[in-house]
Amino acid sequence: MIIDTISICLICIGIVFFIGGAVGILRFPDFYTRMHAAGKGDTCSMFLILLGLGLYQLHEPTLANFLVFGKIMFITIFIMVTSPTSTHALIKAGFEEGIKMWTRNGEKKGNVK
Amino acid sequence: MENFIAYAGVAILALMLPIMYRIIAGPTAIDRIVAVNVIGTKTAVLLIIIGMIFERVEMFVDFALTYALLNFIGSIAAARFLNRVNPTKSFTAMEAEESKE
Amino acid sequence: MYRLVIFLLLFGIWIIFSGQFDYFHLSLGLISCGIITAISSSFFFSNRSKSFGTRLGELMRLPGYSFWLLWQIILSNVHILKMALTPGEIKELDPSLVRIKTNLKTDFGKYALANSITLTPGTITIEIDGDEMLIHSISKHTAKGVKDDTMERKVARVFEGGGQ
Repeated sequence: MIIDTISICLICIGIVFFIGGAVGILRFPDFYTRMHAAGKGDTCSMFLILLGLGLYQLHEPTLANFLVFGKIMFITIFIMVTSPTSTHALIKAGFEEGIKMWTRNGEKKGNVK
Repeated sequence: MENFIAYAGVAILALMLPIMYRIIAGPTAIDRIVAVNVIGTKTAVLLIIIGMIFERVEMFVDFALTYALLNFIGSIAAARFLNRVNPTKSFTAMEAEESKE
Repeated sequence: MYRLVIFLLLFGIWIIFSGQFDYFHLSLGLISCGIITAISSSFFFSNRSKSFGTRLGELMRLPGYSFWLLWQIILSNVHILKMALTPGEIKELDPSLVRIKTNLKTDFGKYALANSITLTPGTITIEIDGDEMLIHSISKHTAKGVKDDTMERKVARVFEGGGQ
């Protein structure tokens, strides 16, 4: 019972953070700020939802369920390590492409030669 | 509890729609790639949820793992490809412009 | 010594992924892990001059660092959420580029610092160039925050033996 409650809480918080990421991707003004929302919201909501699902899997502790929990944790750690890396690769590609940057005083500056 | 997991899956699916808008309307190519990357991560989560609904998690978790791997490799490949088009730019130009103000 | 560690690591991953404990599958796992260790063991642990004790120390300090990082990730998500759900014009948004210098020596240390900067509130590493990092920061407040070197000291303590 306690495990079920904890996993429901984790999944709900994960979905709330995913709402933040999705709204951020939709609303933020330029590529770089959208990247903030995408990289961070994605990592954290994925982590919380998968943790919740993995804990729910443990409600009857058999060996097969433990193996599935181990696999889910492996996916989680894998995405936690690779998501900032791909964020970094994509934002660097965009930066060298010369995409314009949005600033407060309304003008846009890019990486022009 | 099964119902709750199904609802969570529907919520994730519904939240993919605004990101889908970014894929269609995104002003640059990299915006679209970023949106595809986010949807890909969420699809890995969705696959595990589908496995829990059909009670075949031990099978679907492998799909999710493969999907996460392919997603990472795909985004890195796209970034490399776009990088290759414009290989020799540095960030000094942008900084010079900033310090001028 | 390193070959044995790599072999055990690969075999553990095999057991988690196959999930079957009969002799056929275990022997298949033994054979394939042995082949992979023989062919490509030089891919892992590129710097082999470190002693085994240092590695163990890194492993012991890793959990504390990752829990701190987890807390930072949650803080940064609350930050993004608050910013995204502001009605009307987003006042806090004020992007700028910041450049910092690191004292970290090893490549892996720099990689860990760049990933940590990406995951903490409001900052993303764009480029690592030698010992300089170019950082995109989302508001004035976070641009100030990235300049103090708490995180760098934490990373140095975990991955470079506290030599700072």
